[in-house]
Amino acid sequence: MGSPTGRECGRGMTDFGFARSQMAVSLAFHIIFAAVGIGMPLLMATAEGLYLRHREAIYLDLAQRWARGTAILFAVGAVSGTVLSFELGLLWPRFMEFAGGIIGIPFSLEGFAFFTEAIFLGIYLYGWDRIPAVVHWLAGIIVAVSGMLSGVFVVTVNAWMNAPTGFEAVDGRVTKIDPIAAMLNPASLQQVIHMVLAAYVATGFAVAAVHAFFLLRDRTDAFHRRAFGIALAVAAVGIPLQIASGDLIARMVAERQPAKFAAMEAHYRTEAGAPITIGGIPDDAAMATRYGLRIPWGLSLLAKGDRRASVLGLEAIPRGDWPNTRIVHWAFDLMVGAGFAMLALAGWALWLWWRLRRVPDDQWLLRAVVVAGPLGLIAIEAGWIVTEVGRQPWIIYGVMRTTEAVAEMRGLVVPFVTFTIVYVFLSVILVYLLRRQFLETDPSATRRSWGGRPGVSRGG
Amino acid sequence: MAAEHTLGAVILAALVIYALSGGADYGGGMWDLLAMGPRAPRQRAAIEHAIGPIWEANHVWLILVIVVLFTGFPRAFATVMTALHIPMTAILLGIVLRGSAFVFRKYDAQDDAVHRRWSALFGAASFFTPLLLGLCLGALASGEIRVTDGRLSSGFFAGWTRPFAVACGLFAQGLFAFLAATYLTVDTEGEPALQADFRTRGLTSGLLLAPAAALAFILARDGAPHIFARLVSWWAPLLVAVTSACALGALVALWSRRFRLARAAAIGQVTCILLGWGLAQYPHIVVPDLTLSNTATVPSTLRALQTALAVGAVVLFPAFGYLFYVFKRRPALPPG
Repeated sequence: MGSPTGRECGRGMTDFGFARSQMAVSLAFHIIFAAVGIGMPLLMATAEGLYLRHREAIYLDLAQRWARGTAILFAVGAVSGTVLSFELGLLWPRFMEFAGGIIGIPFSLEGFAFFTEAIFLGIYLYGWDRIPAVVHWLAGIIVAVSGMLSGVFVVTVNAWMNAPTGFEAVDGRVTKIDPIAAMLNPASLQQVIHMVLAAYVATGFAVAAVHAFFLLRDRTDAFHRRAFGIALAVAAVGIPLQIASGDLIARMVAERQPAKFAAMEAHYRTEAGAPITIGGIPDDAAMATRYGLRIPWGLSLLAKGDRRASVLGLEAIPRGDWPNTRIVHWAFDLMVGAGFAMLALAGWALWLWWRLRRVPDDQWLLRAVVVAGPLGLIAIEAGWIVTEVGRQPWIIYGVMRTTEAVAEMRGLVVPFVTFTIVYVFLSVILVYLLRRQFLETDPSATRRSWGGRPGVSRGG
Repeated sequence: MAAEHTLGAVILAALVIYALSGGADYGGGMWDLLAMGPRAPRQRAAIEHAIGPIWEANHVWLILVIVVLFTGFPRAFATVMTALHIPMTAILLGIVLRGSAFVFRKYDAQDDAVHRRWSALFGAASFFTPLLLGLCLGALASGEIRVTDGRLSSGFFAGWTRPFAVACGLFAQGLFAFLAATYLTVDTEGEPALQADFRTRGLTSGLLLAPAAALAFILARDGAPHIFARLVSWWAPLLVAVTSACALGALVALWSRRFRLARAAAIGQVTCILLGWGLAQYPHIVVPDLTLSNTATVPSTLRALQTALAVGAVVLFPAFGYLFYVFKRRPALPPG
């Protein structure tokens, strides 16, 4: 990626390559748990709130089952997040040496948000019989809010890497720091909105898919109908907002990171009235994208809101500062494609909902929701690839190159392979465990466990 | 007090609380692995009951240490993470495996063989992670991690591969095991037989701490000369006396079945030990080249960090208080 400099030279993967790969694996793994850790508490607290209002035992059962899933996912998210906080120093010590004092404040605030989330999740998961019902519900709300806040703070750090502000550097040493200005950098608001909505939408669709699957088996099941309704509502309300926030963030990127924007759109030549290119094969050597679908003026409209506006192409950027065009463009198209597919599905579901005046259970809709279940999570991974790979070769945009930040450590293939194996192993176990939690939500099992399992007694 | 010294004190305080809370959770994992006798399943249940609601919150203290270190002292963080890359990576593996195994066991507990496998992984990770934590602290004190012209010059094996660091690791393991056993005697108040099991474990590990401490002390003469020299300061005999009194008091209280007193004494003991290490190491983060002052970031960030920590503390301490109030006020174990 970018131009081969220093440690990138030589045969095969270098330590630099392994450092990037280990960071990529760690983040790709963690981001799923982080997102679901923001989304699940909202669902769980909503279900419990509905229970407190309507006193229907089914909502309590739902809150408790969602809480079980949250417990498993949160624990893995917590430990994989710890790994990342260490890896910042283990793999990118020069970056942390430079940036620690600038971006440490949002990290500290995130630490407290995470503290709050862990404390109240402990109270929520183990406190069913120990504290008053309303206090228990409030604990769930605190988990949902603090989980969201910890996401907000972490994303401001990533935004700073894209739009570094709030400091002055002389000869590679930081002199003046305004940590608040760094946190509230020009990319923060757009990235924060986009990530938080992504978490709700992805969780909503994934959870809706699970319950749609059981509804397809038994359309009369009240438990899965309620669960499907709550999750679908979160997803369907979230996705149009998310598309709108995507527009905000695209304009910001076009203005502040023209190289990333040009790579996202596989746009080589600076031109006025630029078309948008969907799909296709970007060819850096030929400076053109083959086979793509072109929509006239699309790019100028997207970037500037004016069909005649001129949009900077990759040709305006020194070759050594290009990100990997194919990865960024394809990941971007994947994200946008997934987003619009979810928007269409949400429109269909909401239309049916409005027409039937009840949670829709049309067979084809349920099938579509099952298939669309992973789309939100896929869009998160793809969007994260866009922002990270699109920023290359910079770790701090325009300030520090990724090659300058990497550890001097040798043999980084060892931790890379080890963590990859561990994460693959954990993923397999998690899929198995979550599947079991879901299978236990099979209606017959629900009734069987209703009396027996500790903690389920309160609603009986 | 200058901001960097306040922040140094915050790091030390967070480490002490991490040892007292998170450390005991590791100890719980060790006793889970060593559960034996007719009440082994009850011992495991008591451990799970004790740490289940709180271990994740306890774990965040370690993250707080890391975050304050890299925000306030970025150069020290970069050096520590480079010099101790290997043991730190191993610590991460331990943290991931312990946490995952614990929660997987809880939600995958149908079959006995599967349950035992998760238990073994949880226990093994709880055993080796404190050893590595101790190795790392020992390495910071050893004086062998050197920085020349702003760059690490002592390589990736300095400090943590020496006998002194190993002694620190063993001592950390022993301390965490002792803390956990002592806490568990209080947590099992309703069940005398089970309580007696943990009493025996507390007494055994508490007695084994004495030779481990002596070993670390003897090895410190050559292995951490800077720290060793500090032990002649005016505060050193006082702290050693208080630590010994706590240690002895904890053992006597365990022996005479005054478990709440034993728990308080054990807390005092661990606090004094870490405080002593902190004072002996002060003002160094990495002995002898990196100090709080020469690695601190700019004043504006230090001030912002202090403010953030103060605001965070206002949220955090009541929340923690409530957590422990809910789960430790009546610790009675549900009947098995």
